[in-house]
Amino acid sequence: MLDLTPAEWTAVELSLRIAVVATACALPFGIAIGWLLARTNFWGKSVLDGLVFLPLVMPPVVTGYLLLIWFGRKAPIGAFLDNHFGIVFSFRWTGAALACGVMGFPLMVRPIRLALEAIDRKLEDAASTLGANRLWVFVSVTLPLALPGIIAGVVLCFARALGEFGATITFVSNIPGETQTVSALIYTLTQVPGGDAAAGRLVLIAIALAFAALVASEWLARRATIRFHGE
Amino acid sequence: MLAVDVEKQLGALRISVRFDAVGGVTALFGPSGAGKTSVVNMIAGLLTPDRGSIAVDDTVLFDAARGIDVPPHRRRIGYVFQEGRLFPHLSVRQNLDYGRRMSGRPRGAAEFERIAALLDIGHLLERRPRMLSGGERQRVAVGRALLMGPRLLLLDEPLASLDAAHKREILPYLVRLRDDAGIPMVYVSHTAAEVRRIATTVVRLDAGRVVAAGGLELLKDADVDGLD
Repeated sequence: MLDLTPAEWTAVELSLRIAVVATACALPFGIAIGWLLARTNFWGKSVLDGLVFLPLVMPPVVTGYLLLIWFGRKAPIGAFLDNHFGIVFSFRWTGAALACGVMGFPLMVRPIRLALEAIDRKLEDAASTLGANRLWVFVSVTLPLALPGIIAGVVLCFARALGEFGATITFVSNIPGETQTVSALIYTLTQVPGGDAAAGRLVLIAIALAFAALVASEWLARRATIRFHGE
Repeated sequence: MLAVDVEKQLGALRISVRFDAVGGVTALFGPSGAGKTSVVNMIAGLLTPDRGSIAVDDTVLFDAARGIDVPPHRRRIGYVFQEGRLFPHLSVRQNLDYGRRMSGRPRGAAEFERIAALLDIGHLLERRPRMLSGGERQRVAVGRALLMGPRLLLLDEPLASLDAAHKREILPYLVRLRDDAGIPMVYVSHTAAEVRRIATTVVRLDAGRVVAAGGLELLKDADVDGLD
């Protein structure tokens, strides 16, 4: 049944790599933006709030198109990153990771923000009277107490990244071995005669991956909650 | 010695408080809403006064005129909160160690043992705060504040969240603390009987002002409630 061809394995491996990198790179930004939205008040906060959630409500193909015209090799941001840091997104797997990170970002920020809002600020005051400066208060009290929310955000973003299709294929196309994820390969296979069997195998893989991510997240979140707040 | 002279407008309440505390236990005594907790929060640095100054011994912690406002984490003032505020994600031992770790002081096993023994919490070290009774929680909170090596200890109604039995359980520890630890304390309470047991000096607050300061005789006309 799960007799995958090398090309199919490549797509699975690529999907996982892209999802992991996208989630890992999004996490620091997710915590920072979640913190800004939860804890601060500034001019333009509602604009930022809206911007963060835009990828959730826009058609993915629009997100992909915007990424293309901003992060393409000749586009303003893309050219800058290429010239100064040697980072290229267009038609690379890194571009797929960027698209997946952007698409998963709203799902990551929301639970982190809610977790940060729910923390008893008095515990942070207590930490500061015990000699912890603001950074240490954040690292030793705020972050651990927000951990269940952070785990939830990571899992949702990862799951979104794993299944992302529209923005990715618009931005970095569907290149075998580079940007052809499981979703993109399933799409390709459904477009060619006789591709049904292979597509079916990959569909099973996709379901299994999604299910594993869900179970892992439930387990992690329960452990974190028990540890901090009791059964 | 603690010297407090602060003003702060908090909604309708105008706090204007001036007192000195020379060692021992100074009770801030008064009805709810008198501004006691706000005064202690200003001493700890959690609340910024509008005007005035706060100093401990020769160290100025706050002086509005001179633009001095030492942040709470550099004040080295221990604070025992009404609700304990133990960190739920840390064990009792880690809670107790928190202040020392943050200040980067070397671990003094002898001091740890001494304070754990003084408060009788040695058998609770591996537990999580949620597994403690109310009285145990407050003893750990006192231990945590003591182990940071404070120059002054603030206790804000440390017994208020406890039932009568637990109050009786904790008070002897606090008395022992007063007699053994040698750290000046500011003790906030609205309960005369409690203050009578623990305090050496009394500052009576009402509606944001000091109405009297002196010895325990100030409690004479205060209502007697069922503590002992």
